Amino acid sequence: MPEVVVSIGPHHPALKEPVNFKVVVDGEKIVRLELDLSYNHRGVEKAAEQRDFIRVLPLMERVCGICSHSHSTAFAKGIEELMQLEIPPRAQYIRTIIAELERMHSHLLWLGVAAHVIGFNTLFMWTWRDREAVQDTVEEMSGNRVHYGMNEVGGVRRDLTPAQVTAALERLPNLEERIKKYVDMVSSEETMLIRFRGVGKLSKEEALKYGTVGPTARASGVDYDTRKDDPYLAYADVPWNVVTDTNGDVYGRTRVRIGELWESLKIVRYCLENLPEGSIRVTAPRNAPTGEILSRYEAPRGELAHFIRTNGTDKVERVDIRTPTLANWTSVAICLVNQNLADLPVIVAAIDPCLSCTSRITLLDKQAKKTGVMSLDELIWRNRSRDQEQVRP
Amino acid sequence: MTDPVSGLIYILIFPGFLFLFLYALFLAFLDRKIAARMQQRVGPPFFQPFADFIKMLGKEVIDPAGVDRVIFDAAPLVALAAVMTAYLYIPIVGNSPLAFQGDLVVVLYLMSLPTIVLFLLGWLSRNIFSAIGGIRSVTQLFIYEVPFFLALLTPALMAGTWSISEIVIWQQKNMWFVFLQPIGFIIALIGLQAKLERTPFDIPEAETEIVAGPWTELTGRRLAIMDLTVDVSFVVGSALVAAVFLGGPLMPWAVTPGWLAVVVGFFLFLAKTLAVLLILSSIKVATGRIRIDQLNDIGWKYIAGASIVQVGIVLVMNYLWVYA
Repeated sequence: MPEVVVSIGPHHPALKEPVNFKVVVDGEKIVRLELDLSYNHRGVEKAAEQRDFIRVLPLMERVCGICSHSHSTAFAKGIEELMQLEIPPRAQYIRTIIAELERMHSHLLWLGVAAHVIGFNTLFMWTWRDREAVQDTVEEMSGNRVHYGMNEVGGVRRDLTPAQVTAALERLPNLEERIKKYVDMVSSEETMLIRFRGVGKLSKEEALKYGTVGPTARASGVDYDTRKDDPYLAYADVPWNVVTDTNGDVYGRTRVRIGELWESLKIVRYCLENLPEGSIRVTAPRNAPTGEILSRYEAPRGELAHFIRTNGTDKVERVDIRTPTLANWTSVAICLVNQNLADLPVIVAAIDPCLSCTSRITLLDKQAKKTGVMSLDELIWRNRSRDQEQVRP
Repeated sequence: MTDPVSGLIYILIFPGFLFLFLYALFLAFLDRKIAARMQQRVGPPFFQPFADFIKMLGKEVIDPAGVDRVIFDAAPLVALAAVMTAYLYIPIVGNSPLAFQGDLVVVLYLMSLPTIVLFLLGWLSRNIFSAIGGIRSVTQLFIYEVPFFLALLTPALMAGTWSISEIVIWQQKNMWFVFLQPIGFIIALIGLQAKLERTPFDIPEAETEIVAGPWTELTGRRLAIMDLTVDVSFVVGSALVAAVFLGGPLMPWAVTPGWLAVVVGFFLFLAKTLAVLLILSSIKVATGRIRIDQLNDIGWKYIAGASIVQVGIVLVMNYLWVYA
């Protein structure tokens, strides 16, 4: 058969996100993939430069609907480090609890989506029902299901009452049972095995070469987790393990995520049971000293990095957000080659893409009314010339 | 069937087209409800398929650019007409008055027509998703059709007749074919699931890959008719399996008077089609979609193989027992 271009997205039932794939297929085999990412550039970074730190945090939460706590924690953590603040342990623990609950609901959501793209809607419905338990817990603690608003520079905004702690602990056994069920299902459910095994293979070398992060890297046997390698919050105190897998395919990524569900549950339980007493915040100064910092955070999808440059005022001079999805994109294009068209959605879904969070730059030619792409060299050249212009006058 | 009025009533009202229409929508509701309850959802109210049908009939019909309108309008009607005709030959409340030698083959052919129509629609739509879906639906047709035909023809082989009604009578005298040919029964159910393009065989309309496959460009009444075709196919298919494998509407002993036989037969028909529905819905809920190449492997290696084994067993049984 001749090569055919199947254009998937930005409006497509498989993708709930604005992205366009031009998939070149030969019959049912994928020959090559062309990506168009930036449909939803929201200018978050620019907006962050115009607000003081207190007002940047809610903005950071809105970078992503799933990992909202990740973004605000990564930002707050960076600013606190610049200000050299010592955060009280109780605040660290509360942040950790929310972070791990967020990871659990993100992974449960992902499992549902992965099941849905292979047409296995029963699992999709089940995991999303169980996810409600996690969301209820978060809602009880913070008052919100999605944007928790727990962080502030210097600690957290809300304390956990003993009643909230007990209620959360009571929810855990049921959740534990469900997760056990999913652990069983992923290794025994035939319909998942035949669709996940050997699909979207990524070797350890490739995973390292293309700079993958998070569950995508760990499924290829790369033992890399910011929580372990560069501990922050309460992760150094809590006993837990990094989950890795050697399969390197969608099956491996599923196993890693389900294993992480298990670990997250352990962390949440430990933190709830050993919640230290004390205050939940310290008063932060208004301004941050001049400096640069790279704040790393293990979001549910992988390592999230916030680069922050401050200039001694109460605003950031520059904040740059590198989401895990951006780091994982290249690996998708590699995984897809020679795979079946039917496997495209599941391979794309396997990195748990979050595209609106990833959109950082859009090239727009106003006269020609066209958007385009730019090579790395051109980008560097343009940045240089811009800096020089800034220096010149 | 000497009386033309009762013949018309049979064809048009009961157990003909009017009943078929209502029962098809009812089964569609039941299928959705069962699936919903198994997935811990609430599910639709009972009139939902009917409401959907009426709503879609009233919606705007959009012609994709460059599409032959006449064929595009006619194709869904052809599919619906084919499955409704097939229904007339299947015993519902007693044996069909239209039965003749060879109606089993006619029914099987008529039931294949909707798939061909889907391919045609996919090809006509001038849309890449529809075209891929259409190609997938015929590819799938070639995979499941052989075992499905073999599975449904082996009862005919044993009963020594090509008429569904006579197969039912044979079962009344001897035994249900589900006990005599369990492999064939399972293959028939799998084939039916594939014919109706339900999970795990919803490959041609895989919404997460190719939007809706051949259905993508269908709108308004075309979509309504095509949806109804699938619902009607469900009734025809489950009634066919019920008649060929589960003894149809006849009791193992004679029921008198005549009107009571009709009532009993009708309830047997309902019970047996609902049983088939329950099995097919459970399969739908318990599985995900497989890939076309995996279906090719499974279909030709195992399902076709098993159906040929079933034919062999039946030939041996015929030689040793039935015609000994």
